[in-house]
Amino acid sequence: MGIADNYSRGRRLLVERPGQALAAVVGVLLVLALFADLAAKLGSGALGVGDVVLLAWRGVVNGLVIGLAGVGLSMTYSILNFANFAHGDYITGGAFVGWAVAWLVAGLGEYDIGSLLSLGLGADVYAPQLGTSIFGAPLALLLGLVAAGVGAIAIALLIDKLVYEPMRGQDGIALLIASIGVAFILRYLIVFVWGTSVTSVADEAGGLRPTVGGVTFSFGYHELTLVVCAVVLMVGVHVLLQRTKLGKAMRAMSDNQDLARVTGIPTERVIKWTWIIGAGLAGVAGYLLILEAGTIAYSRGWILLLLIFAAVILGGIGSVYGAIFGGLVIGLADSMSIIWIPSDFTKAAAFALMILILLFRPSGLFAGRTTA
Amino acid sequence: MSVRDYLDRLTGTGRADTDAGAPGDGAAGTDLGIVVGLMLAVYVVFVAIGVVLGYDTNGIVNALSQVTFLTAVYALVVLALNLHWGYTGLFNIGVAGFMAVGTYTMAMATAAPDARVPGLGLPIWAGIALGMAAAAVIGLVAALPALRLRADYLAIVTIALAEIIRLTYLSSAVQTFTVFGTQLGTGGGSGIGIEADPDTVVVEFLASVPGLNVLFDAFGSVLSGMGVQQSVINNWYYAFVLLVVVVAYYWLLQRIGHSPFGRVLKSIREDEDVARALGKNTRLFKIKSFMVGCSLMGLAGILWFGSYGFINPNTFLPQVTFFVWIALIIGGAGSNTGGVVGAAMFAAVLFELPRYLASIAGDTGGLPSAPPTFARAVGALFDLEPLAFVAYGIDNIGPLRLVLVGVVLIVLMQRRPEGLLGHRKETAASIGLSRPNRSRETTDATAATDGGEEQ
Amino acid sequence: MSSDTAGSGSAAGDEPTAESDASGADTDAEAPASATGRDDDAGVTATGREADEVGAHIDGTPALAVKNLRKTFGGITAVDGTSFAVEAGKMTGLIGPNGAGKSTTFNLITGFNRPDSGQVLLNGDDITGKQPYEIADRGLVRTFQIARELEEMTVLENMMLGPQHQSGESLWRAVTPGVRSSVKRDEEKVLERVWEMLDFFDIAHLAEEYAGNLSGGQRKLLELARALMTDPDILLLDEPFAGVNPSLENRLLEHVHELREQGYTFLLVEHDIDLIMENCSRVLVLHQGKLLADGEPAEIKADERVIEAYLGGEVE
Repeated sequence: MGIADNYSRGRRLLVERPGQALAAVVGVLLVLALFADLAAKLGSGALGVGDVVLLAWRGVVNGLVIGLAGVGLSMTYSILNFANFAHGDYITGGAFVGWAVAWLVAGLGEYDIGSLLSLGLGADVYAPQLGTSIFGAPLALLLGLVAAGVGAIAIALLIDKLVYEPMRGQDGIALLIASIGVAFILRYLIVFVWGTSVTSVADEAGGLRPTVGGVTFSFGYHELTLVVCAVVLMVGVHVLLQRTKLGKAMRAMSDNQDLARVTGIPTERVIKWTWIIGAGLAGVAGYLLILEAGTIAYSRGWILLLLIFAAVILGGIGSVYGAIFGGLVIGLADSMSIIWIPSDFTKAAAFALMILILLFRPSGLFAGRTTA
Repeated sequence: MSVRDYLDRLTGTGRADTDAGAPGDGAAGTDLGIVVGLMLAVYVVFVAIGVVLGYDTNGIVNALSQVTFLTAVYALVVLALNLHWGYTGLFNIGVAGFMAVGTYTMAMATAAPDARVPGLGLPIWAGIALGMAAAAVIGLVAALPALRLRADYLAIVTIALAEIIRLTYLSSAVQTFTVFGTQLGTGGGSGIGIEADPDTVVVEFLASVPGLNVLFDAFGSVLSGMGVQQSVINNWYYAFVLLVVVVAYYWLLQRIGHSPFGRVLKSIREDEDVARALGKNTRLFKIKSFMVGCSLMGLAGILWFGSYGFINPNTFLPQVTFFVWIALIIGGAGSNTGGVVGAAMFAAVLFELPRYLASIAGDTGGLPSAPPTFARAVGALFDLEPLAFVAYGIDNIGPLRLVLVGVVLIVLMQRRPEGLLGHRKETAASIGLSRPNRSRETTDATAATDGGEEQ
Repeated sequence: MSSDTAGSGSAAGDEPTAESDASGADTDAEAPASATGRDDDAGVTATGREADEVGAHIDGTPALAVKNLRKTFGGITAVDGTSFAVEAGKMTGLIGPNGAGKSTTFNLITGFNRPDSGQVLLNGDDITGKQPYEIADRGLVRTFQIARELEEMTVLENMMLGPQHQSGESLWRAVTPGVRSSVKRDEEKVLERVWEMLDFFDIAHLAEEYAGNLSGGQRKLLELARALMTDPDILLLDEPFAGVNPSLENRLLEHVHELREQGYTFLLVEHDIDLIMENCSRVLVLHQGKLLADGEPAEIKADERVIEAYLGGEVE
């Protein structure tokens, strides 16, 4: 009760706050100033067009990962009503499962199964030997992609069964705290199995290097793979939520859980599907992130989690498109803010942006709760 | 005077004139019993395990000092956090950030001007005061806008703030900088040394106090007679100092909790609108609570991480915050005694005991060498060599311990969200609330005789 | 005390009023009865006052007046230019079909919502847009529709919370050795009043109970008793009888009447129209955010528009 009341009170305060309009104006002016500065930097030659495009491209790539993972976080936040602090570890879990399968398929028969599943932790097999790039082992990578999604879904459903289902009636804070426990369990089980070292699991795949007007651009094949996969999945989620009864039920539940139950929506089933979609996307996002980055580590997802929160809050909790949009904004901000501020502070800047959104527009830039 | 009376006076919860009090009123004697009993039980378990498994005296005494140290530092932070969450209902998961501000400020204030990372060269006391003040100010900066947010948003804001703080200290931009012509620095990623590290300075100071030094020497000579190394004895000295600070924190927070001020905080936790409807300026109360808690976190950070003699930004990762939270939840939010119990349980049972067992197992031998990877360890299971798997587990006790922490947290949230000592009647008033005996018209003669009759 | 009131009014700075900077002072001057700790004279009633003390305002200025109050929530007009006055020392009822804007009106009066336009006058002073705590401080105290007891606090703690400006609400006083003994002395005074009030409401046997363990009716009693501990002049009760069983309802009503005779002013929101008609000397009818009727119960009963509003809305 308290949370809902606090929430509406917070909103009320903000709606009635004239300063908000001012903040929006300042925000727009700031963005304009940044672009003016960018133009000046480009004009003076302090920055090349190629550099800017590269940063933007990196921002889009990271942003899509954040957005893809954010969709799931946003959905569970609005439908199960809690901030899932274990979401980052679903990402990592999916990535490890996916890559273990990819390695297994790529090296089966040639290398020891244990070594493959350990992702070369025993220093007895390496990514280049397996050729784990989309050209070297496309089938293995595809199967790994599927396994990443399935693995994360399995983890999420198991955890829901063991942890969250017995707690359905409890408030969001109790669930949030429990999710911290889940995060610990997942993260350190991963450490127990795969250790803490940063291992290289994806082989180099090269990329396109078109030259336009004397400026050379660079688009890695793995980056392109990521972008294609992410966009396809996002469109898929869109169709799923717009065209099916499930999507409608999810929207109803995120609006008013009690009402949804009374009107005969099978809430438990909707919750299961929320986990399936959310965790599946998270696992795949983690897998793709590793494909693009080349290396895997137990804390990958956790490090990303706050940025994902930033994206979800920016886009408005519960909004799938908002999460995608927020992901892109956060990804671009994280990557491109280096043009204006020291690289040490780009993450801090993204977090600061999130705090400002929470303070001044907690319903996100797209107000209203619209799953899908 | 009984221990109970003494403690009642100490914490200011008891009534001067009667010993009865309402049931569950303070009950400070029991509380002390719980804490002391728990610590003794922990010591007994550690010693018993050590003796049975043939661990040397120095190792056992060292483990005990480690347990005491960790219990004390966790108790400090947990008590501070309990003011935020247990009393005021403020979901602060940026604890590590406020500890970082306190510790860094102290380090920067006390570092010598010509050190690798230059500082102000102030004495430790000034450093501590500045550190606490800085943590309180950052708390204020966070509190002003954020305290009206709903709990889960406040959680996200505070953890993000803590990360911003950590990333700022990590930044090379402030590795060294100049303000008003004075060179200062954070050391960036390579960290900063603590010139005046509290364990040496405080222990040295106390050892120089006449009277105390005799006590210290006597304690030291007993231990060294048992074959305990000087470094371990020094650890014990510092652990004693920390225990005194824990008592001071406890005293302060009990006073805050058992007062009209604490009562308003509690009402904010329960339902802020009610408090506002009753004429309480809740915003101001929340800000005060937040600032006091933050400055106590700052001091706790100084005494904890400062005593390591060196800090870097990764000392203050978010999991420090989560550990503190888990300790609070184990003990039971809202109860200061629960907080101390939770700190002891977390530090001793969840944190130190597995490590202790593993280190004994590693020292005493008898196990095959651990397989290098989990896959090999599983393979060993198939080869019917379960001991090799056990050895792998012991080798990797660190992560397993944290898995256990997660399991405990979940089980608690499912079965006992109020914690071990939660839901206790810790009455938020400076006096016992039983019906006053000297109420004029109603009770007169009976009250004079014993005053316990109305119960 | 001073540190806690410092900064009051800053939040309400958008709409400066003549009195806004002297809130504490002028309540004390105008309504001496609202000062706390004035229970030192022996033999006072539980609520610590006599009828004539509060009667100070029966000089034409209504105890509470709202003028052209308007509030919209995202395009929906909840309160639409309502004006009415509440006489001091009387029991006034506020009724209306569901969604008539009763609760919003309460929220606007007590500062929980800020009106889009219009004024709220307390004893002639403009309190529009002030913070809830400032308004409560001036002697206007509300209860909530769904009893909002502080669950994990005992009945005693709930009650002890009531009095305004307790010395121990200042942090430094609460902790500083020496000063704290004066805090304790003040607490003992408050405690005596608490027990008297608990006796008055016949809930002394529940004193040690957690408020969350009380029944619905007991919570309503507690909420009223707690509100009285603030030493208010005017009490705004939001559906105080909802969910209360008939015998407890009668008791609660007796208490309310007794308090009114002592000089308290009441504004009551209630669903049960009969109850309002029987117990209030004046009835206000809200309909679709507007004041539909205002008069004595007999007049209201005969008012065609009121009947229509209720029949056209929700039959109850």
